[in-house]
Parts: sequence; C-alpha cells; structure tokens
Amino acid sequence: MKPRWRIVLPLLVALAAASAPAHAADPSANEIVKRSLDAFYFAGNDMRARVQMKLVNPEGQVRERDMTMLRINVGASGEQRYYMYFHGPADVKGTSFLVWKYPNRDSDRWIYIPALHLVKRIAADDKRSSFVGSDFTYEDVSGRNVGDENHVFLRKEEFGGRPTYVIESKPKTVVDYSRRVSWIDQERWLPLKEEYYDAGNKLLRVFTADKVEQVGKYWTVTARTMKNVQSGYHTEVVFQQVQYDIGLKPDIFTERYLRNPPTQWVR
Amino acid sequence: MTATIGQPARAAASVAAALITLTSPVAARAEGVSWNGFAQTHVAERTRRVDCPPGIACDFPAAELRGQLKAEGRNASGNADFVGRFDLLRDAAVNDTRVITRELYGDATSQKASARLGRQVITWGVGDLLFINDTFPKDYVALFTGEPMQYLKLGSDALKLDAYPGSTTVELVAAGFRPDHTPTARRFILPDPLPAGLPRRIVEPDHGLADLEMSGRVSRYLGSWELAGYASRTHYRSPAWRVTGTEIVGTYPRLNTVGASLTGPVAKGVLSLEAGYYDSPQDPEGRDPSIENSQLRALVGYSRQLWEDGTLGLQLYGEWMRDYAAYLQTLPAGFPVKNRLRKVATVRFTQLFAHQTLTFNVFAFIGISEKDHYIIPSLRYAFSDNVWAEVGGNFFGGNRSGQLGSLQDNSNVYVTVRYAF
Repeated sequence: MKPRWRIVLPLLVALAAASAPAHAADPSANEIVKRSLDAFYFAGNDMRARVQMKLVNPEGQVRERDMTMLRINVGASGEQRYYMYFHGPADVKGTSFLVWKYPNRDSDRWIYIPALHLVKRIAADDKRSSFVGSDFTYEDVSGRNVGDENHVFLRKEEFGGRPTYVIESKPKTVVDYSRRVSWIDQERWLPLKEEYYDAGNKLLRVFTADKVEQVGKYWTVTARTMKNVQSGYHTEVVFQQVQYDIGLKPDIFTERYLRNPPTQWVR
Repeated sequence: MTATIGQPARAAASVAAALITLTSPVAARAEGVSWNGFAQTHVAERTRRVDCPPGIACDFPAAELRGQLKAEGRNASGNADFVGRFDLLRDAAVNDTRVITRELYGDATSQKASARLGRQVITWGVGDLLFINDTFPKDYVALFTGEPMQYLKLGSDALKLDAYPGSTTVELVAAGFRPDHTPTARRFILPDPLPAGLPRRIVEPDHGLADLEMSGRVSRYLGSWELAGYASRTHYRSPAWRVTGTEIVGTYPRLNTVGASLTGPVAKGVLSLEAGYYDSPQDPEGRDPSIENSQLRALVGYSRQLWEDGTLGLQLYGEWMRDYAAYLQTLPAGFPVKNRLRKVATVRFTQLFAHQTLTFNVFAFIGISEKDHYIIPSLRYAFSDNVWAEVGGNFFGGNRSGQLGSLQDNSNVYVTVRYAF
C-alpha cells in the first residue's frame, strides 16, 4: 500500500498543480479593474460621440443635456483630455468644458461661457460632484484610477447572458460611497453593472450598461443608466455617432477651441 | 476687408460683417442657420423710499420686457460662420422701445489664425467682476439693476485677429470707440458736485481710422499655468466732465494700459493674479482734476470648492494713484477726496441645490479704504430646461463719499423670469 500511496499522492499533487494554472488564468482583481477602466475610459487613441443625457426626477419630469464629447489619450501614462460642447438646452447652448486629466493629481478644468465670451478656470476638487446636475459624477464621466480603491475578487457569474467577474472595490479615502460592487464582462472588460453603497452600507446608486455595441475594434457602452435608489432620480445616457481613432489633435483641447468649437468634430 | 475697417461709422463694421457673411459665396453653401432666443421680463424696485428728482425712474429703475433672437450659421467646410444677436426691448422704466444689436459678427478661420469682424463681446483678464486689462465696454446700469450677467458686457465694433504661433496665442483688436453704460440721472440718484443749471454735452472721440482703439493680448500655457500680457491704446469709457463757462462738457480722455496676468492651480483651488498700469496721456502730471490720475491696478484672487456644489472665491484689489500730491492740490472744492491706495475685497459664494436646479449666489464688494460696500445676493431656480426665475438684490451701503456707498439711494431688489427656446 505504501508504495501505491507514494505514487498516488504525487499524482494528486501533480493534478492539483495542473489545475492550478487554469484557476490562475483568472486575472487578479486589480488587473480586472485596470482592464475594465482601460476598456471603458481609454478605448482607442481618441474618441468622439454625441451624448444625450436625460435627467429624470421621481415625478418623471425630464431635463435634457445634449453634447458632443471629444476625448484624446495623451501618451500611455493615463493622461487624457476631454472636450464637451453643449448643443442644448437652449439656455446653455454653446457652453463648453475642457478637462485635462492627470493620473496622479487633480484635473485642470475650464468652462467657456458664450454670452460673455469668457473662459474661466474652475476649481476641480470635485471628482465626486454631480456632472451638470445628473446622477453621474465627474469621475463617472472621465474615470478614476485603479489605485484609488482596494479591489477584491468576489466571484464569477453570468450577468445578462454574459460571463462576468464580480469585484468589490473600497475607496482608500472617504468619499460618498463606502464600497462598490462591479460586474465586469470577462471578454469585453466593460462594466455591465455597478452598485455603490453608502457609509451605512445601504445601496445608494446603481449603474447599468443598457446597450453594448462594437464600434470598430472597441466594445462600447452606448446606453447607460445611473439610478440613485435613495433619491429616486435617475439619469439615462445615450452615446450616438461614436467614432474612435479619428485623428483628433491635442491642440483641439485648448482654450482656442473652447472659444471656437472645432466645427469638423462638433456637430 | 481692409477698406471696411476704415469705415468711420460705429455700425459699419457690424453691417459689413453681416454683409460679408450673408452675401458671400461662402454663405451660399451654408449648412443652414439656427435660431435661438428667449423672452424675459426683469423688474427692479428701489428699496429705499427717497425723494427722487423729477424725470427719474424712481420706484422701478428697471422694468422691462425683452425678446432676444440669436441667429448663427456656418459654411459647409466650417471655416466661416456668423452670429447675430438682437434684442427687442420694451423699457418701461424710461418709456422707450428699441431694437439693440448685441452682437453681429462674421468669422473666418484657418489652421493658424482667425479673424472676427463686427460687433462682438470680448472679455479678458482673470478678475471676477473686477476688470484691469479688460478695457472693453461694460454696462454698469445692467449690473446695478440686477440684469443677468451676460448684460454686463457690451459688444465692441471691432476687427479681432487671432494667431496661434507655436503654443502661444496672439490676439489683436482694432475697435471703434464705445462708451460704457454708466448710471445716469434717468434711473439713478447720484451725488453731483458739478454746478446745477448748466447745460451738459458729451463729446465722443472721433470714429475715423486714425482713432481706432487698439488692444493686444499674448498668452501662453506654462504647464497648468496661463501667463498673459496685455496692452491697449484706448479711452476711458465714462465721461470726464469739465465746466467751460456756459456749459459742462463730457469727454472720454485717452487711456493707455499695459499689464499681465497669471492663473493656475494651487492647493485644490485656482489662484489668479493680475496687474496693469493705467496711463492718462492727456494728463501726464496728474494735475487735471477732470481726468483720472495715472494708476497702478492689481488684484489677487483665489477660489476653491468648499464642499459638494459649494464654491468660495475671494479677491483683493487695489488702485494706486501715481501723482497723489498733484491730485490733492488740484481737486476742486466739493469733491470727495480719494485715498492714494483704494483697496477693495470681494467675496463670492455659490451653492447649488436640488440637482443643480436651485442656485444661491452672493457676491460682495467690500470697500476697505472707502468703508463702503455693494452686496449682490441672488437665488435662481430652473423650473425646466426652458424656464428659470431669479430673485436678488443690489445693496449699496456704507460711507456715502465712497464709490459704492455713493450709490446707496439706488439699492434695489429685482426679479427676472426667462423663457429660453
């Protein structure tokens, strides 16, 4: 018997060892979140979209924001620039935003107020503030850093017919949520659902990717909703005319074009 | 285009710009014109019961119904466009109805440069309601009666050329003279040390080619910091009054300015610095009491977010008179004596509520040297994407001989309702 065990045991160990790589093929929670942020916020070298936002209150009243969004990645370090031009509503038509986003420090942000032809620099210590009154924060729009949160792999499960990794992320500094649970597509790396919990661990906001389409090489969330389950408000966002790698130049993301929209792209 | 600049008439540039854009082959291929606008009512009521002189809009210094139409269009290739913005105003306070061309300009744009011709609003500098290197026309009547902020600036009838060599921006403006809208006895109760009973007459600078005002700005980013230099050859935009025997004549003395500004991020906020030198070439010694003494003006400002949707901005501003001894010697009797250094602090606090549909804002000028103040609180609610209403006030107080305190009989509360389409 003894000799047999001597054979079986190593075999079992070998089997275990052989199956281990299959398990290790699942990337770490950090890698999953990193790939998800890359897929969601960094796809392509540049991007253009016409973005329609509907801000809906609990009574069902709707306010709309209609904008063109341009984005460019500057180098591989995670630096990005965003340009947003408001086509509507009428009272803010022509207003534009410029954001220079850095991986490890606060963004530089400017707003152009067309009635005064005024470019104003704005204090940018508000990553967690609402973007134009919606249920999305500035950070939801332009992304966060993988290092801002600690990530833990929870499980794998199917969500909406897609295989997903379920990850829990806890912010390292005190912000408006205490933890976030994400369902991340195992193949396309896009977040399909996110739940944000408040300091008392009660569900606060829920993000859902309502429509995912392939645009050129890149899987893209073209319709999304953020619902604040505590206030009853929600915001629906639709991306139309999405284009990647169209050759946007960095100089578009400067004060000159804040004042005079680049008509080739802003339409 | 060069021939057009030479037109002396104030409106010529605007009209020419419109003609160029509307009648050129460029416009024939236009992608269509979009129309927007709003209807607005605005009423300001004086808060202090005062005995008004006859002929002044006493109880309601502002009472108006306004419709604005804005047309804009561009050609298919995107290198030419135009904007026209017109107000039809029923101004019940002074019983007047008129059409106002707020803006009317055409743009030609290329990769390296752009040109804008016509009536256009230009805003320079980094101050918040404090202007040093922005010498373009302003509407203080609109400010003091609580009109929406867009009415603070008046358009200049100008040719503006912008060039972008490297990462530098160069802006040049050639403009015909336009005065500020300054408070007058039609709507305001103002101290007036000039002799009563004499007829008054205002003489504007000539509008010929040689009299064009020139302004320039060169700016550049150094990392996250923007550095800008400014110069202008212009005029004071409020009249300098002079008694000439049988009448009082107001003129707009020549003014040259040179200055600089710097703005960038500091400790999660925005720091702004600006300085400028105001030279009065018609009064080089500072001995003419009707003309502003040459001055150095400077401001430092800092704004940052305090908490979600709450922002605080602070500024310190100073005007330093160059020839103070000459000023004191020549100041006529009856005029208030200014300090050599006039210091003003400002505070702005803004808080948004209810998904940014409700905005509370307060802006306060605090005259440190002149012991006076001007406080502008306001509350605006957006009922929908199209309709907002604002209530607010313009409260002047403190020392009556101060620039702000002298307006205290004009403190008012206002309400504005706008429907935008």
